[in-house]
Amino acid sequence: MSMYMTPLLLTLKVAGLATLLALAAGIVLAFLLARGGFPGRDWLDAFFTLPLVLPPTVLGYYLIVVAGRNGFIGRWLESTFGVSLMFTWQGAVVAASVVSLPMVFKSARTAFEGVPGDLENAARTLGQTESSVFFRVTLPLAWRGILAGAMLAFARAMGEFGATLMVAGNIPGRTQTLSLAIYDAVQSGNDSLGVTLVLMTSVVCMVILVFSGKILRTE
Amino acid sequence: MFKNTTLSVFMVAAMSVWLSTSAFAGQEIIVSAAASLFNAFTQIGKDFESANPDVKVLINYAASGALLQQIAQGAPVDVYASADLETMDKAGDKGLVGTSSITNFAGNKLVLISPKGSAVKRLYDLSGKSVKHIAIGKPATVPVGRYTKEALEKNGLWSGLEPKFIYAESVRQTLDYVSRGEVDAGFVYATDAAVAADKVTVACEVGGHKPIVYPIAVVSTGKNPGVAKRFIDYVMSDKGQAVLAKYGFTKP
Repeated sequence: MSMYMTPLLLTLKVAGLATLLALAAGIVLAFLLARGGFPGRDWLDAFFTLPLVLPPTVLGYYLIVVAGRNGFIGRWLESTFGVSLMFTWQGAVVAASVVSLPMVFKSARTAFEGVPGDLENAARTLGQTESSVFFRVTLPLAWRGILAGAMLAFARAMGEFGATLMVAGNIPGRTQTLSLAIYDAVQSGNDSLGVTLVLMTSVVCMVILVFSGKILRTE
Repeated sequence: MFKNTTLSVFMVAAMSVWLSTSAFAGQEIIVSAAASLFNAFTQIGKDFESANPDVKVLINYAASGALLQQIAQGAPVDVYASADLETMDKAGDKGLVGTSSITNFAGNKLVLISPKGSAVKRLYDLSGKSVKHIAIGKPATVPVGRYTKEALEKNGLWSGLEPKFIYAESVRQTLDYVSRGEVDAGFVYATDAAVAADKVTVACEVGGHKPIVYPIAVVSTGKNPGVAKRFIDYVMSDKGQAVLAKYGFTKP
């Protein structure tokens, strides 16, 4: 039983945290880029969309170079906190959040740009502070687009394979997510395990999509 | 007008890329070779092509177990070279290779390696506190992982070290982990350590495993068994054996 539950629970944990991380970063970045008309905005937008276009193994490689033992972030983490991202589930969360960031970012930016400026200005004339305008006017009007982006991000994080394999390794019980467990099962010829894991993943994803679809439709 | 020119330039470029990849008209064989054979077989492939200008050799490298799965799922491979007899026997049992064509063509040694400048000198150093991660091949699919497991079990170290293992997909990934310093030590073949001699140190040779023997065979689902046989003969010839010896492989 644990050979099914362990990767499932680990995957849900990693994908969930990765989505939250991507949401936090994605909303901030999307808001800044939707609002600001500063030079180089399009280049910045393209940079944050890059993980969508780059192959996951390329992203995994960049992550190793930056966050690995000899990378500048990796060295800083090890000297300050004594932790490493390599071969840990935290590393898997970072890898998954990097690949799913563009999903949140793109959807959120479009959502923010779709909020009528007049409504925000009306709030300002009524004496609301900028942060109040954001939380009481902008965000409620943009939340549908952001949620759609979050759903895509979660699905992407659940299926993440290449970058996770390179950064977190494929350690059963520690970093072996569902995708990696399926890969292992197929590689070693264990078809029955592979099929069961594939069906489990499909059912979980369907349930999540149906559930979030319901949330998007009501209200 | 601008749109039409860009479109036609793009289409011409796409067509030429597509056409150039299907330009070869001669015979082709696909060789699936264990990851540790990368350097030796790349050269043998080139030498064989020079000696046989009508033939093109495409070599596919991965862990022996992964290659077996590809063949079992119907990959159109002509020659299979594995890093251990066990995987080749599995291939023979499934009827994937012509058992009469199985030939042992090389041997190797198992070594413990560490990043340059590491203090790891002997197997027993691995139990120390400073060693947090040890890279080994995944025993289910990677022969070097199985040899390592056998050797460590013989030395009574396997269960104690298990929490530290980082399982790699192939012997070359194990080598990569050690070269980058992501792990504190790893087990690879002597031939792999030689290829990355500037980044890793060989701590010691590891014994206690069955002899490392590389077999090669003609795959039953291949399209070109005649050329496949010629390739195997070339690997067994003096020229092929000389290339293997150059990279540090021993006689089978």
